[in-house]
Amino acid sequence: MRFNFVFGLFLVSVVVLAALLAGLLAPFHPIMDADLMSSELPPGAPHWMGTDAQGRDVLSRILYGARVSLMVGVVSQIINSTIGAALGISAGYFGGVWDDFVNGLTNVMLAIPSLVFALAIMAVLGPGLPSLLIALGLTNWSWTCRIARGSTLSLKSQSFVLAAKAAGFSDWNIMRTQILPNIVGPLLVIGTLGIGSAVLAEAALSFLGIGIRPPTPSWGNMLTDARELLRTAPWAAIFPGLAIFVTVLGFNLLGDGLRDMLDPHMRTRRE
Amino acid sequence: MMGFVLRRVLQMIPTILAVVLIIFFIFSVVPGSFLTSLMAEGRNMTNADVLAQMNAQFGLDDPIPVRLWNYVSGLLQFDLGISYRTREPVTSVLGPRLWPSVQLAIAAMTFAAAVGIPLGFMAALRPGSLFDSLTMVTAVSGLSVPEFWLGLLLMYVFALQLGWLPSFGYQENSLRHLVLPAIALGVSPMALLARTTRAGVLDVMNADFVRTARAKGVSEPRLVRAHITRNVLVLVLTTMGLQIGSLMGQAIVIEKLFSWPGIGSLLVDSVSVRDIPVVQGAVLVIVLWFLVINMLVDIAYALIDPRIKVA
Repeated sequence: MRFNFVFGLFLVSVVVLAALLAGLLAPFHPIMDADLMSSELPPGAPHWMGTDAQGRDVLSRILYGARVSLMVGVVSQIINSTIGAALGISAGYFGGVWDDFVNGLTNVMLAIPSLVFALAIMAVLGPGLPSLLIALGLTNWSWTCRIARGSTLSLKSQSFVLAAKAAGFSDWNIMRTQILPNIVGPLLVIGTLGIGSAVLAEAALSFLGIGIRPPTPSWGNMLTDARELLRTAPWAAIFPGLAIFVTVLGFNLLGDGLRDMLDPHMRTRRE
Repeated sequence: MMGFVLRRVLQMIPTILAVVLIIFFIFSVVPGSFLTSLMAEGRNMTNADVLAQMNAQFGLDDPIPVRLWNYVSGLLQFDLGISYRTREPVTSVLGPRLWPSVQLAIAAMTFAAAVGIPLGFMAALRPGSLFDSLTMVTAVSGLSVPEFWLGLLLMYVFALQLGWLPSFGYQENSLRHLVLPAIALGVSPMALLARTTRAGVLDVMNADFVRTARAKGVSEPRLVRAHITRNVLVLVLTTMGLQIGSLMGQAIVIEKLFSWPGIGSLLVDSVSVRDIPVVQGAVLVIVLWFLVINMLVDIAYALIDPRIKVA
């Protein structure tokens, strides 16, 4: 399905543009333009998505919130992919005790739900952006690791790897120049899907009050405030959630689309 | 068979041990304790004598190996420590929270299965149709939607606007309180089940034995019932089992949103006051639930599917 890829790419591009151009697009300042005289206004000019309890423009806060969500999603997934790829490739390549150790560690990581693990790390580090990046970056690499390991195992005995070994390449060089380029495809797929889950996890942690702290706008903490306004200002809950939904949907479709393009046999399979 | 079960039980032990080690070290290596966070919150805890007394009471003065030893030997006697906040044993803090969480997980799974399996099945029987496309759109949306936002929307429509159901809270034996959180939590496993069922049915429909059955004149309804359903059942049951296992961990945000008195909301509350023994206990319960359900699924799998070698 080419459609998945194109539509996913479209949604992701919209969100990325919104984040980059937030300063230009946002009609109001996300924090400073609080005005109690215009609190809980329904959508309409000049507040196209209404205002919250403090009279702040919901649209402007969503645009700035996109920066937080994307940054957390992308950076934490880069950390995850790096850890997963490094562990997976080295485990598959060297085998033996190291492989057993990595396998055991992966099984343990799979047994602790990543949101629960991230929550525990946040409990230690305290709220804030750096803690979020660490908590989400350390807890969701197990699938990447499994896939990297599996692919490395099947590549290890192929002739071009053996040739590189015979030519005197070091182990590090073989892993970097012979194996990694050949597994970039699957890693890219799982990384794209991972950004979606990281965006969801950031929103969940911020919603619980242990992620991004107010007044910095994040889609998750906007929903915390909106919960209290549900009866009088439902728009304050509808739009930030819609933003999360559209972003995650975009990354999921993009990931599915990439997989279909890279590997037609894997179509519609998803762990 | 008994040997297989025993081996499978023993396999869990190293994982549990590793999890215990990880959650112990996360909370002991890092500086900053419940006591310092109490002071940071400006409570009247600046008295050095009181601090020293509390440190001694909770064993926080001991070196880390001693504390680890105390923790692990306590665990073996089902002693998870004392809650910093309530001064009760952690087991009696966790105990009453378990049943609501299990209830929610089962209710969410029931919803997911009741909607997801028929959807996936019907979609696969008409591949490429409008219904099939709509089902797949529903599935990918279900996997992308933040469940707590869905919960908020459900709350708005069914509790605040229509007034059909309570918007939050828990009552023993009250199905009415269970409906909204169960749906919000069940949407993502529902989507996954729809996808898995569809993929499974499509696989089986192209299998040789189905073609043979069709060729020898088996009627379509019987073909679906006896040949396809039976073979997809194993896959569907496995997916359901694994999902129930991870639902307790996924439920934390939903429990918090609906003020559901389960393990998840206890975990969140304990994290925000850094009641570390309770956090450790809650994480351990969530992980144990996952591991035990996985083990049961494996055992059930070996019982149902004769192709799996038990020896």
